[in-house]
Amino acid sequence: MESIPVTWFVALSAILFLIGASGVLLRKNLVIMLMSLELIFNAVNINLVAFSYYLQDLTGQLFAIFSITIAACEVAVALGILIALVRNRRTFSADEIKTLNG
Amino acid sequence: MVPYFSILIMMGFVGILGTAALVMNKIMGPKNFYKDKLSPWECGMPPVGDADRGHFKVHYFLIAILFIVFDVETLFLFPWAVLLADKTISLFIFFEMIIFLVILAVGLAYAWKKGALDWV
Amino acid sequence: MNFAFSIQDVLGVLPEIIIALGACAMLILDLFLERDKKEWVAYLGIFVVILAAIASWCLINTAEPYVMGRMMVIDNYSLFFKFTFYLATILTLLLSINYAKSADLDYRGEFYTLMIFSLCGMLVMASGSNLITIYLGIELMALPIYVLVGFLKNDTRSNEGAMKYVILGGFASGLLLYGMSLIYGLTGTTDLAGINAALSAGTVSPVILTLSIVLMAAGFCFKLAGFPFHMWAPDAYQAAPTPVTAFMAVASKGAAFAAIVRVFLEALYPAYAEWQMILAVIAVLSMFYGNTVAIMQTNIKRMLAYSSIGHAGYALLGLVAGTGEGSAAIMFYILVYTLMNLGAFAVIIMMRKTGKVAGDSIYDYKGLAKNNKVVALVMLIFLFSLAGIPPMAGFMGKLYIFMALINQGYIILAVLGILTTAIAAFFYIRIVLFMYMKEPEGEFDLVKSCALYIVIAISVIGVILLGVVPGSLMELASKAALLL
Repeated sequence: MESIPVTWFVALSAILFLIGASGVLLRKNLVIMLMSLELIFNAVNINLVAFSYYLQDLTGQLFAIFSITIAACEVAVALGILIALVRNRRTFSADEIKTLNG
Repeated sequence: MVPYFSILIMMGFVGILGTAALVMNKIMGPKNFYKDKLSPWECGMPPVGDADRGHFKVHYFLIAILFIVFDVETLFLFPWAVLLADKTISLFIFFEMIIFLVILAVGLAYAWKKGALDWV
Repeated sequence: MNFAFSIQDVLGVLPEIIIALGACAMLILDLFLERDKKEWVAYLGIFVVILAAIASWCLINTAEPYVMGRMMVIDNYSLFFKFTFYLATILTLLLSINYAKSADLDYRGEFYTLMIFSLCGMLVMASGSNLITIYLGIELMALPIYVLVGFLKNDTRSNEGAMKYVILGGFASGLLLYGMSLIYGLTGTTDLAGINAALSAGTVSPVILTLSIVLMAAGFCFKLAGFPFHMWAPDAYQAAPTPVTAFMAVASKGAAFAAIVRVFLEALYPAYAEWQMILAVIAVLSMFYGNTVAIMQTNIKRMLAYSSIGHAGYALLGLVAGTGEGSAAIMFYILVYTLMNLGAFAVIIMMRKTGKVAGDSIYDYKGLAKNNKVVALVMLIFLFSLAGIPPMAGFMGKLYIFMALINQGYIILAVLGILTTAIAAFFYIRIVLFMYMKEPEGEFDLVKSCALYIVIAISVIGVILLGVVPGSLMELASKAALLL
């Protein structure tokens, strides 16, 4: 069975990356922004694992494991801060966060 | 692309089946909405306050977050377990993993002592 | 990847091990201390950092710098940065003890512990010789700082600053990681020397290479608050507790520089023609934007945030030069910046009136010189140094950067740098004018604390000494700088 060319995986990850990046930059809901961040990290993981397979080199998979772990830690910290914010402000909207301006 | 043609057919079939179920429900299902039926159920009483940002228990979040972090850390156990059979490095990586788990245990002990695990 | 383990590997990363285990010990110690005895956690932290510094001292001029299967490198370049981080962390811990006590922070033990965890990440960043370790270091440094920025958890501004920082910081690491994954796909390795060799062979696609360089430059510039990626800095700086502001202003920026210089000079140097233009644009824009917007600020922490964007621009110019001289200038600049900025923040903490956690208006400094001559003089020294006025160290730092540029023929960049220094002088000197020319509007109620005096004394001595006799340290930096 022939294998899928690496460009397909890179294209998939590029699309995921763009969806994630536009989600972070355009959406107003903080939870959805965090979800978009996860999309970016998953795009990276697809890239790493695909390259790792095509180069027959394990480093990429190693990198992907670390990247998954760190993404989870990052989201844990972000959710903790989000809960503190929601308790004080009762809002999930990024637009209403504007005490600090100037 | 021939080997993947069957996957394309399957994806198409899944799509059709999913939309068909939704559309059929929309067309054929009985519709009988009235005010009480649409309101959120709250022990038979009229609902009080804003239901959409319900009163969640923060402890649930704490435990969920702790679970995610510790769960993902176990990811490192899989490559480790594969390599453990290699006699030349098995002793070294065994103790390496013990150190890793001790550091995780410090985190767990901290969460425990701070009462993050008490479900009250 | 063959990995034969030896005791050399453990000795090489001993400072990191000491810091990581020490931070765990602090976390456990904190659990068993009474609420009014939490400063012992900070003392343990200082002890741990000193221990790690001794371990690092023994590693100077190691014969075999690469350890842990080429994951880490213990060269003098990384050690120079590590000593800067040790200094910054010890001074910040000293700043925090009094601050945390008088602000009556909840979770004071964790406050100190998180700083040590962050320090561990900085050490890994400075020593990383593989994209994986560098990325791990960046995140280990950033995650505790996200929490520290939001530490005043009942204060909405602190929450907001932390939320912005964590989302934009996560986005930046996403960009950085995507760039790294493309580099890995192009070269088939994450080892910095391996990337250099693959790029020198010149078989990679130039378009994707440029794309990945842009993404990585964006990710790094985020961490060091360069111009188009600076949005988080003013908010996070203003929202964070003041010692944390000092810590992230100096230490996290220094660590970002340690990593960006190593990645760009050691791994991406064959693509110098591609990245020098990108970094030059970022540097010039940062200098102009940071220094002009700082003029309009009335909150001193916010003003220093914008000024730090400008300083990031100056230091980046050293990287644009692309020589060992340039990287030595960056090392010198970061050390000087650490001293003068920590000193300025120490004075800000000293000015904090009782019960007023943030809100450090520049108008509070009116007439400070009337009754508190020493404090005003010290603040003047730090501000002059930040502005780059001789004979303070800030002047020498800028001078070395500009010399490195001129020696490479980047006359225009040097001229632009000098021009923005002139703009920057305006807002620093405005505060000096407030202190010396205006009448005080009320009684000053300065914080009296031995730890603060120590920090200020060390910073003043450092700033003046490095300004008057910079030669020996600069020689040290030149020897330690990355050789191409």
